[in-house]
Amino acid sequence: MKFSKVIILGSGALKIGEAGEFDYSGSQAIKALKEEGIKTVLVNPNIATIQTSKLLADTVYFLPVTPQFVEKIIKKEKPDGILLSFGGQTALNCGLELNEKGILKKHKVEILGSPISAIEISEDRQKFANHLLRTGISTPVSQSAKTIAEALKIADKIGYPVMVRSGFALGGQGSGIAQKETELKQILNIGFSFVSQVLIEKYLHHYKEIEYEVVRDSFDNCVTVCNMENMDPLGIHTGESIVIAPSQTLTNYEYHTLRSIAIKIVRSLGIVGECNVQFALNPNPKDGHLEYFVIELNARLSRSSALASKATGYPLAYVAAKLALGKSLTELTNKVTKVTQFCFEPALDYVTVKIPRWDIDKFKNAEQGIGSSMKSVGEVMGIGRTFEEAYQKAIRMLDLDFEGAISTDVSENKSLNIKKLLVSPTPNRIFIIAEALYRNFSVEKIYSLTGIDPWFIYRIKNIVDEEKELLKNKSLNRNNLLHLKQLGFSDKRIGALTSQTGLDVRKIRKRLGILPYIFQIDTLAGEFPAQTNYLYLTYNGAHNDIKGSGKKSVIVLGSGPYRIGSSVEFDWTSVAAVQRLKKHNKDSIVINCNPETVSTDYDISKRLYFEELTFERIADIYEFENPFGVIVSVGGQTPNNRAKSLKKYGCNILGTDPANIERAEDRSKFSALLDKLSVDQPAWDKFNTLKKATEFAEKVGFPVLVRPSFVLSGSNMKIIYSKDELVKFFEKISVISSDYPLTVSKFVEDAKEIEIDAVAQKGIIKVFAVSEHIENAGVHSGDASIIFPPQKIYLETMKKLRQISENLAKTLSITGPFNIQCLAKDNDISVIEINLRSSRTFPFISKVTGVNFMDIAVDAFFNSCGDETRINFASYNFVAAKVAQFSFSRLTGADPVLDVEMTSTGEVACFGEDVEEAFLKAELSVGGKIPEKGIFISLGGDENKINFLNMIEHIKSLSLPVFATERTSKFLSENGLPAKKLYKIHEGKSPNILEYFQRGKIDLAINITDYYLKRDVDDDYHIRRFAVDHNISLFTNLKKAGLFVKALSTKKIDNLPVKSWDEYKSS
Amino acid sequence: MSKLVLKNGLTFEGKSFGADKSSAGEVVFSTGMMGYPESLTDPSYKGQILVLTYPLVGNYGIPDKKFWEAEKIMISGLIVSDYINTPYHFQSKKTLSDWLKEENIPALEIKDTRLLTQIIREKGTFLGKIVNGENIDFYDPDNENLVEKVSVKDIEIKSFSKSARNILLIDCGAKKNIQRAFSKRGVNVITVPWDFDLTKPNKLPKIDAVVISNGPGNPKFVGQTIENIKKLFKLNIPVLGVCLGNQLLALAAGGDTKKLKYGHRSQNQPCIMDGTNRCFITTQNHGFEVSIIPPNFKTWFTNANDGSNEGIIHKRKPIMSVQFHPEATPGPHDTEWIFDYFLTRIKSKPRSDLGYARIKVGPY
Ligand SMILES: Nc1ncnc2c1ncn2[C@@H]1O[C@H](COP(=O)(O)OP(=O)(O)O)[C@@H](O)[C@H]1O
Ligand SMILES: Nc1ncnc2c1ncn2[C@@H]1O[C@H](COP(=O)(O)OP(=O)(O)O)[C@@H](O)[C@H]1O
Ligand SMILES: [Mg+2]
Ligand SMILES: [Mg+2]
Repeated sequence: MKFSKVIILGSGALKIGEAGEFDYSGSQAIKALKEEGIKTVLVNPNIATIQTSKLLADTVYFLPVTPQFVEKIIKKEKPDGILLSFGGQTALNCGLELNEKGILKKHKVEILGSPISAIEISEDRQKFANHLLRTGISTPVSQSAKTIAEALKIADKIGYPVMVRSGFALGGQGSGIAQKETELKQILNIGFSFVSQVLIEKYLHHYKEIEYEVVRDSFDNCVTVCNMENMDPLGIHTGESIVIAPSQTLTNYEYHTLRSIAIKIVRSLGIVGECNVQFALNPNPKDGHLEYFVIELNARLSRSSALASKATGYPLAYVAAKLALGKSLTELTNKVTKVTQFCFEPALDYVTVKIPRWDIDKFKNAEQGIGSSMKSVGEVMGIGRTFEEAYQKAIRMLDLDFEGAISTDVSENKSLNIKKLLVSPTPNRIFIIAEALYRNFSVEKIYSLTGIDPWFIYRIKNIVDEEKELLKNKSLNRNNLLHLKQLGFSDKRIGALTSQTGLDVRKIRKRLGILPYIFQIDTLAGEFPAQTNYLYLTYNGAHNDIKGSGKKSVIVLGSGPYRIGSSVEFDWTSVAAVQRLKKHNKDSIVINCNPETVSTDYDISKRLYFEELTFERIADIYEFENPFGVIVSVGGQTPNNRAKSLKKYGCNILGTDPANIERAEDRSKFSALLDKLSVDQPAWDKFNTLKKATEFAEKVGFPVLVRPSFVLSGSNMKIIYSKDELVKFFEKISVISSDYPLTVSKFVEDAKEIEIDAVAQKGIIKVFAVSEHIENAGVHSGDASIIFPPQKIYLETMKKLRQISENLAKTLSITGPFNIQCLAKDNDISVIEINLRSSRTFPFISKVTGVNFMDIAVDAFFNSCGDETRINFASYNFVAAKVAQFSFSRLTGADPVLDVEMTSTGEVACFGEDVEEAFLKAELSVGGKIPEKGIFISLGGDENKINFLNMIEHIKSLSLPVFATERTSKFLSENGLPAKKLYKIHEGKSPNILEYFQRGKIDLAINITDYYLKRDVDDDYHIRRFAVDHNISLFTNLKKAGLFVKALSTKKIDNLPVKSWDEYKSS
Repeated sequence: MSKLVLKNGLTFEGKSFGADKSSAGEVVFSTGMMGYPESLTDPSYKGQILVLTYPLVGNYGIPDKKFWEAEKIMISGLIVSDYINTPYHFQSKKTLSDWLKEENIPALEIKDTRLLTQIIREKGTFLGKIVNGENIDFYDPDNENLVEKVSVKDIEIKSFSKSARNILLIDCGAKKNIQRAFSKRGVNVITVPWDFDLTKPNKLPKIDAVVISNGPGNPKFVGQTIENIKKLFKLNIPVLGVCLGNQLLALAAGGDTKKLKYGHRSQNQPCIMDGTNRCFITTQNHGFEVSIIPPNFKTWFTNANDGSNEGIIHKRKPIMSVQFHPEATPGPHDTEWIFDYFLTRIKSKPRSDLGYARIKVGPY
């Protein structure tokens, strides 16, 4: 092999547009390289990933994927090759810059895979269009612009509506459809804050969007591994679309003409490895001639390629890495059949349907509409042998309590404007289509409003018609029940339609002998036998491809779709558990449905069911496999929620008894338990009238934390500062009743928040770690910055934490992982919650302490833990900081403020000699920038101002111009930090904040709100939102801002030590 | 109840969506995901009941006849998992079901086409029958000359330019796209029946090269064509064989053929060009293979999956053949270059400098 050491760039934290798929691609690349005996160096600060585990890369750097840091790593490691295409846009952009600056050449690092010219052309929208023009391939009429004026001129020439697209961006950032000039200006204002060039293009209305995944080797062999059809028309980003593989509505001629063009482009660019080509296809060409346009080519692994890998069983990233090393496609044996070749195009005998998962509701003020820029945070993929089966599975996989194509929330809401919602899509659109069909909209009408090909609408209509049929005649017999199951109806939905429970239907179904069958995904539609067990269930069959594996196996439930609050960390915990099962001589069976994960790579487990994490499906698999047991505590909250029903059904749950899980999760039961143990908790109660809630709040004192138990849309939890606010809140919340009471807790101010991660066996602690939050309580633990080892916890507090944990472990008879969140004020500790499952912080704690908590957890399941693995906090001569990644800029309108509700999409963690170093590196890893232009400060209320005093010296030392709102500027100036006063936006005077943001005079904004102050105009919101829209680093939390400013003034970015993970060890 | 009955006694119950009649033949499966109108009209499927492994069939209806591969449906019956009766496509003229009924071809929806495929994969191709009411006998297409049934009866010339070169297409059941592919390349295609003997006196213009087409069944039943090909060798005229044409050429040149266990019927067969790293994705539809390479020929292509022969080429002369379908339809266009290459091996030049007015062909 030509290469001996290769550096791989990861994609950093999960964010909208760049998520878990790059853990999958990077992990496969590392595997492929290791097989060739190549040493791998990985740069990726995303500590929750599997690629940054001991079992993969040889050397890991938890550092920002930026040219500055990567250059230093190159100098140190002296690799001979670099892989840029496995870490998304982040890695690609970093690589481009390293190349441009001549750093790669200087250090003799060769770029593996596609030539840099191919990347440059495909990333620069103008160059790409020119290239295609030369190659004789059609692209939409377009022209690039570098200024707003230029763009407006081009738009006039092309004619409205126009499509705005930006280069070198991800997930459609800065893009949009402009119907008229004002809209175009609006899009460009934001767009140019992020990129320097945009493309103004003819808007193609309601074209089909089709994608091809293409692989090419250096011998010019070129295959398209998968094609995919977006159910949603062009104009809705592929990441926001429902995507079907393979395409359904294309004729042979259309399919292969586009395929040939994709190959032609790939050859013309000299791609080596994998890439994705997106097309627009006219569904009704005027003269009957095929009319297509190329939308873009991504010269790297992408979200689509991860999806294609899972849809076909063809490990694209693994193959791409081999090809990048110079191997030929003909040298690579298909890992599924073990006899055929990777030089082929998979034939499917099933369909897959991908549906994105959005969490827009979680964001205050965010716009609901979806379009050409990504907002979704995750996705699922349903596999079936009818479209209906795959589609309804996928909807259930979203884990949003939808049972299938029809949502009762939508059908019961008679006030919905169906027509409008069909025209302007939101995440709800799929249910709106079903509802429209229910209300007898014609297929053609829905087509003309949505642009969704009638083929799909007919399929959904088929589902709706079957429901109507069942409602007419509610008796179930073998024929109609089998038919409903073949169309993907759940037992629960059938039960709801026939006035019985899902379990009743299950009983009837089994009595009638209606069971799902287990099919393998073999890449060749049965032409050759498969040697791997990549599986799905279908009712459109009559045989099983495999036999149950029996007591030597253990089922591990994965995490389901990534979403706010549950993402790659639970894939890490799942995969880590799977690995450990080997030690206990158990064959692992994974159930998961998220195509972005590593746990759904078929070489991770003995058997992989790409299936729903619903009770029904888990029970089906359980009954078929008849395993030793099932693990519910390593995949986050989704599997944890199944514990009770599975146990009741007779499944053997490994670890803590589900009855105890319930004791911990039921607020009242848990509260009683804490009282019994004499452990403090913030005062709380449940109320169904305003009067009683107010009385309570006044008794314990405002602020209070309120949680409605029924949420229609919008936020769950809220801190309420005054009686007035509480009254308003009651007015707004639609449902408060004895069935849906409001929980009110005392909100403890200025409290430190502490995280405990531990494992116990039969109630005895086997490993135990404490970490602390930088922000005070009130910032959701998923958004908070977390430090290990804790720096500011008294020994006395530590002892108490241990005591509480021991008591809880014993009382709840915990076996397996658990996590406790506590508040500490002085030396008083109160507990806010306990999770009897692995938590978000498990990968962080495991990697930082060097003790794999999952290993111990799995050992505990088998009652084979030895003595406790002691973690000596004093033995660590380093500090690690975990920092959240936010994606506010993509969620138009969303208020980018840290609050009790989680809003971050990902996380990173970095190491350092002290908190400042670790935190600064982590902050830089999530897109933080060292300010170079100016700092804007606005501090609400007196308390915030006083607390800011100790930051003034640090800010001064940065020698940057400081700007502030009226009172803040006065306060700062009085305290020795001259600050220029800027008018608030609503004051409508000059110089104002917005002007300074727009003119690029400010690159750090600190906005601290005083929540006790009542305002008519929420200027703070506007400041925050403008900061985010202008790509300005924003801090809304005093503690976090303080740490950042201190780090800036005490650290020099050029001198930050560059050390690998191995170099940080406990002494 | 309609059913599919296999010779070994296995029965699959199904729902009929084609003609209400019974039909017997050899049961074969194809894993291609695209192009059911093209497949159903491929004469190579003569005598066969076709199982499509891709579960959803009928999605985009049936286009105008000019896009088919023959004038009518060629298969004896169709088996799918899920029939779609609500097609939508701007080219669709009718549903698949209506077409099958019009052409009197039975078709069944049986859910577990995968099981059927696995049985064929393990046991080899089976004789079978679709039974709609009336029970009928099994029928073995390997025991007769099917080529005779699908070949043209008379000489056909679609369009003719005096200045262009002339290719004789021996129609053993040729897919229309072979003729389209050559026409697109500016040569005249003269289609002749399977037993046409070029060495006998004829009124045809001067022939520059001969193409032996694809076609159904066992090559050894097409003795007349094999004899005629032997005579061609003596004429020293360039010859290209496609699919069945590959087998006939091999037999004529002194090689041998044998039946494959379950054949190659798909659009994703990797073929490696001998002595290179180049691999091509091809469409295939055949049940027999060339098992002995004839003297003076060498292997041209080999199947990367099972090592079977995918083409032979004469060591010196412009005589060559491929087992796959360079004309595609359905399937990838990746080996269309075979036609270009063949044309470069024809010594005679077009008869005028004006060349040939390129006519646009193809489904659009
Ligand atoms: N000319 C156009 N008309 C209508 N929609 C378009 C056009 N160009 C792109 N789009 C839509 O915008 C989306 C994002 O554009 P794309 O170039 O793929 O961005 P990204 O690089 O972020 O994936 C596409 O998926 C497509 O739906
Ligand atoms: N009584 C309280 N006083 C102060 N802060 C609290 C209190 N309860 C919760 N919080 C804050 O709210 C966040 C979310 O609360 P938690 O109950 O953990 O919700 P979740 O179940 O979403 O994790 C916590 O991380 C903490 O910062
Ligand atoms: Mg795109
Ligand atoms: Mg892109």
